[in-house]
Amino acid sequence: MSILEFSNVSFSNEGKSILKNLNIRIESRDYISIVGPSGSGKSTFLKLCNNLISPSEGNISFNNKNVSEYNPIELRKEIAYCFQMPHLFGDTVMDNLSFPFKIRNKRVDMDRIKYLFSLFSMDEEFIDEKVLNLSGGEKQRIALMRTLMFTPEVLLLDEVTSALDSENTLIVENIINKLNNEGSTVLWVTHNDEQSTKYANKLLTLENGEIKSLEVLK
Amino acid sequence: MNSGATLSTSSLIIASSLVLISLFFSYYQKLNLEKETIIGVIRAIVQLTIVGYLLNFIFGLKNPFFTTLLLLFMTTNASFNASKRGKGIKNGFLISFIAIGIGAFITLFILVVSGAIKYEPYQIIPIGGMIISNAMVAIGLCYKQLLSNFKNKREEVETKLALGADILPSSIEIIRDAIKTGMLPTIDSMKTLGIVALPGMMTGLILAGTSPIEAVKFQILVTFMMLSTTSIASFLACYLAYKGFFNGRKQLI
Repeated sequence: MSILEFSNVSFSNEGKSILKNLNIRIESRDYISIVGPSGSGKSTFLKLCNNLISPSEGNISFNNKNVSEYNPIELRKEIAYCFQMPHLFGDTVMDNLSFPFKIRNKRVDMDRIKYLFSLFSMDEEFIDEKVLNLSGGEKQRIALMRTLMFTPEVLLLDEVTSALDSENTLIVENIINKLNNEGSTVLWVTHNDEQSTKYANKLLTLENGEIKSLEVLK
Repeated sequence: MNSGATLSTSSLIIASSLVLISLFFSYYQKLNLEKETIIGVIRAIVQLTIVGYLLNFIFGLKNPFFTTLLLLFMTTNASFNASKRGKGIKNGFLISFIAIGIGAFITLFILVVSGAIKYEPYQIIPIGGMIISNAMVAIGLCYKQLLSNFKNKREEVETKLALGADILPSSIEIIRDAIKTGMLPTIDSMKTLGIVALPGMMTGLILAGTSPIEAVKFQILVTFMMLSTTSIASFLACYLAYKGFFNGRKQLI
């Protein structure tokens, strides 16, 4: 069953065409690596999936319903997006990890937070750490934890391991693979060739705002 | 200088030679401000003379309807000015009108009900003018800050939206920062009142012959009302304006 479907989707901004006539069906539980040169429209593609922007032409449907029929706030909770640049806000790591609970009017679940810290092999003491004191790699992992606080149906990742060492990259890859095995659909933009084919079942290549190829790997 | 509340026209004409000093410096230092200065001086004289006669007329009418009309006129002008400051703010004029109007109304209402001032033109109009212009400056600053924050913190807002936050929690820090920016000059000026300079209104009262103690009482009243109007107007302006940065799909424009 397709979970996300793009039909003749184009996107242009201020007269500049960024994505042209995309047609793609993403099946539930797919693990798709998205590759392509800089400026090929990869991040724009993810933003369209998450409804942070709307297509200039064409339709995008989620679970066979046009995304414009969904409440965008609820849709974004189901299609979670972790940015390339980890923007942490507030003062402490806790401000960031409690945010997903606050916007759902839920009490902060410390067990869930601690579970994620163990999953990422990070020390729980980071919880009270000031955001300003974190390294690039730590920020990236906290931002990812924030995205994963509630397991989404679809997970959009934009180069989320770019600031990580090989050991932590491996940890993150395993976490994402585990989530995929548990039912989440994954779309991961990466520049790392090895990473792009390691766990993914499909490889989507974008070039000049168009789909160059969609290979089935597994 | 004449004592008390009157100033003879001949003294004023002689005093106008002070303008020549400014013109001399502009010419001598090649500042190219002569034209601007002359335009400014002429505008000040013409505008103030018209206002003087208008006020004289309205004060004479003692009609609450005309007083209210003049307050509305001032609010409209202030809103127009504030919205010009906030180019890029959607519905800037309307938002400014609501923010300044409600801010001024609440403050004036409390002042009148408490008996601090009477709803008579000679009290309401100068006080209304002060609070309306103060609110205008404050929300102009709010707009500027909102515009710059939504530009500089675009990715932070999008990150929050992407996590599934509504537009208010995504922009709350920006809104708070803009409200603060609008209010800070009023709070800062409160701290230096009387130390750096005697405030305009108090100076005016003293020049007109009021005892400094009475003038101080009025100044304290003015300070409180400035603070209240600025807070209300900044709060309303920011909370009404932030929505214009998003479209119906809760996407940053």
